[in-house]
Amino acid sequence: MGPGVRRAALILLPWLAIVALWYGVHHSGLISPALVPAPHAVAARFAELATGRLPLDILMSTRRVVTGVALGIALAVPAGFVLGWYRQVRTFVDPLVNFFRALPPIALIPLVIVYFGVDELAKTVILFYAAFFAGVIVMYEGISQISPIYLRVARTLGASDSEIFLKVVVPMTVPHMLTALRVALGVAWATLVASELIAAQRGLGALIQDAASFFQLDIIYVGIISIGFIALAMDLALRRLSRRLLAWQERMA
Amino acid sequence: MTTGRVRIAFEGVSVAFGPPDRRLRVVDDVSYAIHDGEFVSVIGPSGCGKTTMLNMVAGFMQPTAGRVLLDGKPVTGPGPDRGVIFQEYGVFPWLTVRQNIEFGLKLRANRRPAAERAEIARRYMRLMGLEDFADAWPRTLSGGMRQRLALARAYAVRPQFLLMDEPFGALDAQTRSAMQNLLLEVLRTEGKTVMLITHSVEEALYLSSRIVVMTARPTRIREIVEVPFGYPRAEALHEQPEFGRLRSHLRDLVMQEYAAQARQRFAVTD
Ligand SMILES: Nc1ncnc2c1ncn2[C@@H]1O[C@H](COP(=O)(O)OP(=O)(O)OP(=O)(O)O)[C@@H](O)[C@H]1O
Ligand SMILES: [Mg+2]
Repeated sequence: MGPGVRRAALILLPWLAIVALWYGVHHSGLISPALVPAPHAVAARFAELATGRLPLDILMSTRRVVTGVALGIALAVPAGFVLGWYRQVRTFVDPLVNFFRALPPIALIPLVIVYFGVDELAKTVILFYAAFFAGVIVMYEGISQISPIYLRVARTLGASDSEIFLKVVVPMTVPHMLTALRVALGVAWATLVASELIAAQRGLGALIQDAASFFQLDIIYVGIISIGFIALAMDLALRRLSRRLLAWQERMA
Repeated sequence: MTTGRVRIAFEGVSVAFGPPDRRLRVVDDVSYAIHDGEFVSVIGPSGCGKTTMLNMVAGFMQPTAGRVLLDGKPVTGPGPDRGVIFQEYGVFPWLTVRQNIEFGLKLRANRRPAAERAEIARRYMRLMGLEDFADAWPRTLSGGMRQRLALARAYAVRPQFLLMDEPFGALDAQTRSAMQNLLLEVLRTEGKTVMLITHSVEEALYLSSRIVVMTARPTRIREIVEVPFGYPRAEALHEQPEFGRLRSHLRDLVMQEYAAQARQRFAVTD
């Protein structure tokens, strides 16, 4: 067995175990089989939906997440820079950030609907909110930990303020940007479904919600699994990007 | 041996930190000069204000009273004419060895064309024994190699001054002695005016042409010791009777200041 095969086997193993467990529960009689659709039934439903509404649902949800996260991070990065850089600003902004961050975005959905309606804008606002606060914390914590020695060294080598920013602060911040992006994506997927449960015709949350009204458990499973895999794929892509950008960093293991 | 013109001058320099009610006087009316091509070491008890003095020459801070002059002009800020070597190296972890050395040469203040940059980097990598690690990340280097890289990076922008704050403090004895010889060797090929802060009497004697011994805080000059040995120097210098005599003299001075510091602390907590 080559190392590639071994690796693939190791990666597949837990998934196969879950499917096996799933079959086990389905056939065990502990729970009525009607409440636990068999994996192959879900797979069949997936294949059926894949030629039906699923692609558009995935597209809509992904687009919302990407838009919300892109906007949230686009603002979180400069805000994080300012907060991380200027200690004085942080002293009075910190409590605010922590106050708003502590509010679960889901709890804000009714308000957002009141103020922004039930269209795309409302969902984007919620995702933006979730992504921004998740991202800004990671950013400014990271930036405030940049060791001042690098700034001093750069100065003694003749760097101007703008050169210090571009050639020292930015490279040192890249790891935190990537972490912020990953955290924000995770939070955004979690929030998205909640927002689509309330008011959406399309999207994976809407798919799940529609299925729930007709008690179509297999479709609910299709929706959940789709969300999981898309989030996983995005995280993998980001991790690959991190590995490329952060080859200089010490990595665990 | 203080023949050349004055390059660095402390003129009645005092430094105090903190608010007026809890003022910490650190440097108290210090005056001395470092001449062109000199290698001056500063020793004194821990916490007396040595780094503070180096920071003023480097341009990281201003004296509370008096002036710190560089070629006759007050220091206003850091600049590439003064290479600073920190105890923690400060090697940029996101750049390779070569990129670290070239960092200064890509800044507007001392930009060089790519070919010249590469040539300078090659030269210092060879000089510091880093040529096999040109594309290595700093995290893969040993402590001594990082310190050599910091030195190469400082040298690349051709500073006239080298300011070193306990640069070899974190190294083991063998590496430390190798670094000292490397430093002497490099200085022999490209002379610089050097200010070195160290805790090691031995190191100060082996490297410098003059040694400034500082008192406990608030620090003043206890004594300035001329080191009578010429350059180039070799390890055998450590065995010379005169070296031994100066070493015990310097040790006595430093120990007395440590004792004074301890008494002071006792008096304060009393
Ligand atoms: N920015 C600062 N604010 C307040 N106090 C300071 C500051 N910098 C230094 N000090 C104080 O000044 C004194 C001298 O500090 P300095 O770092 O110059 O000592 P040092 O002689 O280099 O000591 P060591 O040998 O341990 O490195 C110390 O008591 C320190 O606490
Ligand atoms: Mg010090």
